[in-house]
Amino acid sequence: MINKTVKNVQEALQGVQDGMTLMLGGFGLCGIPENCIQELLRIGVKDLTCISNNAGVDDFGIGLLLQKRQVKKMIASYVGENAEFERQLLSGELEVELNPQGTLAERIRAGGAGIPAFFTPAGYGTEVGEGKESREFNGKMYLMESWLKADFSFVKAWKGDTAGNLIYKGTARNFNPMMATAGKITVAEVEELVPAGELDPNMIHTPGIFVQRIFQGEKYEKRIEQRTVRQA
Amino acid sequence: MALDKNQIAKRIAQEVKNGMYVNLGIGIPTLVANYIPHGIEVVLQSENGLLGMGPFPTEDKVDADLINAGKQTITTLPGSSIFSSSDSFGMIRGEHVDLTILGAMEVSEEGDIANWKIPGKMVKGMGGAMDLVASAKNIIVAMQHTARDGSSKLLKECTLPITGLKCVKKIVTDLAVLEVTDKGFKLLERAPGVTVEDIQKATEGTLIVEGDIPEVQL
Repeated sequence: MINKTVKNVQEALQGVQDGMTLMLGGFGLCGIPENCIQELLRIGVKDLTCISNNAGVDDFGIGLLLQKRQVKKMIASYVGENAEFERQLLSGELEVELNPQGTLAERIRAGGAGIPAFFTPAGYGTEVGEGKESREFNGKMYLMESWLKADFSFVKAWKGDTAGNLIYKGTARNFNPMMATAGKITVAEVEELVPAGELDPNMIHTPGIFVQRIFQGEKYEKRIEQRTVRQA
Repeated sequence: MALDKNQIAKRIAQEVKNGMYVNLGIGIPTLVANYIPHGIEVVLQSENGLLGMGPFPTEDKVDADLINAGKQTITTLPGSSIFSSSDSFGMIRGEHVDLTILGAMEVSEEGDIANWKIPGKMVKGMGGAMDLVASAKNIIVAMQHTARDGSSKLLKECTLPITGLKCVKKIVTDLAVLEVTDKGFKLLERAPGVTVEDIQKATEGTLIVEGDIPEVQL
């Protein structure tokens, strides 16, 4: 079996350069590649285009990259909960392209699956549709949307093996499986890395072919945005 | 007396039928889950990738890897399933979700909805709202009938940027229950003690009143 293991996060991010397009998995702060984000901060690459459903919060996730002005453009569906983001957007320092969430997910899936464009009804008749081709199918109007690909995709999984196979846990799956398919180089960070053969092939969510580099993250904070509980 | 948020949610819960897959938006729609009658089995879809959303966890069961689309910690239920965002929006776009309940800033008499952006104010993004309204088989909107300054939010045409065209089927406000028809907003029910005249005054779009309008029963 081809071994995809790299020693650590430093090795995993080798080749990441200024001006690159990156995909970062996660929904809110759930299932984000925490260790890769820390390493992006450390190496200080800038002028990045980041594709991610959200932009983190002020002091965690992609919010940290924004604080250090490393992001030139953000492609996302929802960017609330982030004051620094708002400031940079209003001052024109940051470029933002907002996509309907399902359109964003499908653009990434299309990128990984070799489909350059597709039609979706989401956003037809809204400003999302401005300048895009629209077409009628069975009496309903659809917008043409194009694929998304990245120089590097950073995904977070629960378990992975040395062959690059991944299993996600809970709703930390979200955008990670599609992003894993759409990176020229996909880096997977996992909570537990095991030898090939230890994961049940029937349970794999992302097959190893999509993953070029895998490592076990040093630590996971797994911050919670809205801690809601009920009485026992 | 006008309905409060919980009463709006309670009235909308009456629209939820046994066996439905339902997506609830943030705000009043989330409260609908609290009022689904006993004996009615529904499955709640959370668009970040969960079918069968359970209640908030007890303190000892909080799991950072299990949240809903509002980023709140939640639980699964027996029979729940978890999937990717593309599968989730495949369910939505493919019209497998029976009912979507969401909030709105404005609705037009043709069923257009505006709920994602106020020009000049911070743009947070549409999230999944445009996908949901473009493909839902049935959309019910929960909203206040008028803005704080008293201006109507049920309009001939939306003034704010549109989220989706001709998609809203029913609206439950603090004042009334209305159906969107070819000819305008058809008044179905009024809040207890609220007159047809009150509703007419609060509705800028065409209001259709036929016969006696019953009060909302909660």
